[in-house]
Amino acid sequence: MPKHETPLLDQLISGPWPSFVDDLKTYAEYRRKNPNNVEYQIPEDVVDDLLGVLELSYVDKETHWKHGGIVGVFGYGGGVIGRYCDQPEKFPGVAHFHTMRINQPNGKYYSTEFLRGICDLWEFRGSGILNMHGSTGDMVFLGTRTEQLEEVFFELTHKFNQDLGGSGSNLRTPSCCLGMSRCEWACYNTQEAAYQLTHEYQDELHRPAFPYKFKFKFDGCPNCCVASIARADLSVIGTWRDEIQIDQEAVQAYINGEIPPNGNAHADGDWGPFDIQKEVIDLCPTGCMRMEDGKLVIDNKNCVRCMHCINVMPRALRPGNDRGASILVGAKAPILDGAQMSSLLVPFMKMEEPFDELKELIENIWDWWMEEGRNRERLGELIKRKGFRELLKVTGLKAIPQHVKEPRHNPYIYWYEEEVPGGWQRDIKEFRKRHLR
Amino acid sequence: MAFISSGYNPEKPMENRITDIGNRHYGEFLPPIIKKNFGKWIWHEILEPGVLMHKAESGDVVYTVRVGEPRLMTVQYLREALDIADKYCDGYLRFTTRNNIEFMVDSKEKLEALKKDLKERKFPGGSYKFPIGGTGAGLTNIVHTQGWIHCHTPATDASGTVKVVMDELFEDFQKMRFPAKLRISMACCLNMCGAVHCSDIAILGYHRKPPMIDDEYIDKLCEIPLAVAACPVGAVKPKKKKIISERTGEEIEVKSVEVNQERCMFCGNCYTMCPSMPLADHEGDGIVIMAGGKVSNRITAPKFSKVVVAYIPNEPPRWPTLAKTIRKIVDAYVKGAKKYERLGMWAERIGWEKFFEVCDLDFSHHLIDDFRDPAYYTWRQTTNFKFIENFPYEYNKMKGDIILKAK
Repeated sequence: MPKHETPLLDQLISGPWPSFVDDLKTYAEYRRKNPNNVEYQIPEDVVDDLLGVLELSYVDKETHWKHGGIVGVFGYGGGVIGRYCDQPEKFPGVAHFHTMRINQPNGKYYSTEFLRGICDLWEFRGSGILNMHGSTGDMVFLGTRTEQLEEVFFELTHKFNQDLGGSGSNLRTPSCCLGMSRCEWACYNTQEAAYQLTHEYQDELHRPAFPYKFKFKFDGCPNCCVASIARADLSVIGTWRDEIQIDQEAVQAYINGEIPPNGNAHADGDWGPFDIQKEVIDLCPTGCMRMEDGKLVIDNKNCVRCMHCINVMPRALRPGNDRGASILVGAKAPILDGAQMSSLLVPFMKMEEPFDELKELIENIWDWWMEEGRNRERLGELIKRKGFRELLKVTGLKAIPQHVKEPRHNPYIYWYEEEVPGGWQRDIKEFRKRHLR
Repeated sequence: MAFISSGYNPEKPMENRITDIGNRHYGEFLPPIIKKNFGKWIWHEILEPGVLMHKAESGDVVYTVRVGEPRLMTVQYLREALDIADKYCDGYLRFTTRNNIEFMVDSKEKLEALKKDLKERKFPGGSYKFPIGGTGAGLTNIVHTQGWIHCHTPATDASGTVKVVMDELFEDFQKMRFPAKLRISMACCLNMCGAVHCSDIAILGYHRKPPMIDDEYIDKLCEIPLAVAACPVGAVKPKKKKIISERTGEEIEVKSVEVNQERCMFCGNCYTMCPSMPLADHEGDGIVIMAGGKVSNRITAPKFSKVVVAYIPNEPPRWPTLAKTIRKIVDAYVKGAKKYERLGMWAERIGWEKFFEVCDLDFSHHLIDDFRDPAYYTWRQTTNFKFIENFPYEYNKMKGDIILKAK
């Protein structure tokens, strides 16, 4: 028998989409029966009580979780988020219900052996409830008691060779798209870049020393499957600077309807036969494509690498061979000063191991942000407050036209003193010799 | 429930301590065919909704079956996915950034058996455990946050709202009839740990009442200067107050804060810094819908989502108004957009005023930006606009009170 009646939640059992309520209820019962005689280290009714407190929220239309409190593992300032229930007497199983973030492998591939171990650990020392994955990319363990935090961490590090992820004013767990592992468009090894930077900056990831959170995300191409341009303080987006590779025979095959466009992504729509003029050439944002003598011609000097033509004809077109990444900075969700997307800082960087150029850029930016950033000010907000030119100054980079969509609208130009002949210190007496009062 | 030690010694936390080891290398977890052809893939095709085929230079082919998962899951559910991966995929699987699971196999025979198996697995109540879909010009899984299951600042639930919207649009998770891909995202408060601000459709929990102040406790539980500094609109200031103590019944003077309620835009940053300033409220809280954002650079630059519905009440457990409103937007998009047009590109082509007409949505002052600099750039500085049917546009017909009185 379930411990709590949950008539409202039970209405989320029906419908075709996987029901988290059904999963939780099934597991609550499994935990009660405990067929494998697990010596649960937190209350066995934790899942029952979670359902109970969630049902109460569905009645009250308000959350019943309290503010974190300072909990964590020794020596780290992140990776654990404290959580307590505000009705602990009704729901003692979830009185403490802390979250642990577990740094996911890059690209989110797993062996079943590894995940089985993780499942057993979390069932034994926690609620057995998790997210695959949290918004930043970590595996998220939802719900354990304070005294189990060190125990979980000890087992993770000793048995699984596995560390926690970031939280708070830290470097957050870097994440990436699946990159070269299974995508023909990846312009660099996103997984390796994310892995190496995760390991290079372990101190920054575990010990809060920043004004606020800082995120790296690695997208292999401008399709941005991991949303770095919207979500990362430092967005690394694959690109190329030579010519799109064309297989003219495959272009003909698309034109002749032998290959479905866009990797067959529109299979269920009634879109009629493929029309290269309408679907590719006319939609090119710079109009840099044309058919000439039955062949597709691309004026690569005017291409902005938006990926549309490549997406539509993946068997005919491929990114060029001189590949690297564009580096953009400053994205964040609305809090505090409104949403920002990342702005272009470096149009092209070769992304070769050990990624020294990227590390140099990151460290220059961090030095500035840690010096000038206010409490809870994201990099994007600092750039807005201090100006893009300050970012260029601290990173030692020249201004180039690619930095702007269009030049400034107002003529309020801030000249540096040393840019003006003679500087700003003048003699009023000399001036008055030329101009009477 | 006897305590079983992991080996950790609380008396000597540094004894045998392992730290700063980061994550495991992805190379340990790649299926053999993926490892072999790493960086050597040449093209891909979607064989049917939810089934991808990737071709490598070597001639190797890998078939991927993508299935939706609930993000919030138990170890039992995850173990079932692992059983499947053991049975068909040599013990490997992966997860996508949008909470899907991908099972990869190297032959058509395995593919067919895998698909059949996945389709047959259901929860006791009848919902699919591993619905196949989420590819191409269709709907993929909704990325979301914690909501009432685990967060202290939500204005709505996350798993519940996602479940009802995915139920409503389920058919399109398993089809590819849209003009382009459709990305729906959900964040349960303005802090947006789900960063939904660049999604085709965003479901956003939103508070509508300024924080209450727990005067007697605030100085004990909070750093008042941090709460003051946390407010992005400068609406919180320190204030000494005389109150009757809840504990002793006597009048006492306390250090507290005062909130300029007219300035508050309900972000909850003060509450994040200070638990004595709660703002959740069963009548105030609800959902905002945003639309037209994207992160891809394809054809046009990435776009922010725009607020298109200012408020939908919280209607647990199945949020019918939310599901119906999203259905209306999706139907209008599918009817009106051209091939390859993302929702935001379509709305811009027809004009946002037309968007409100064809989606049959209300408009009110809440949808006109008034937050700092970017606001001006969203007003209309041109005489180019469309006359649309369902809103008054002629001077004498526009007269009226802009305030929508609460019922």
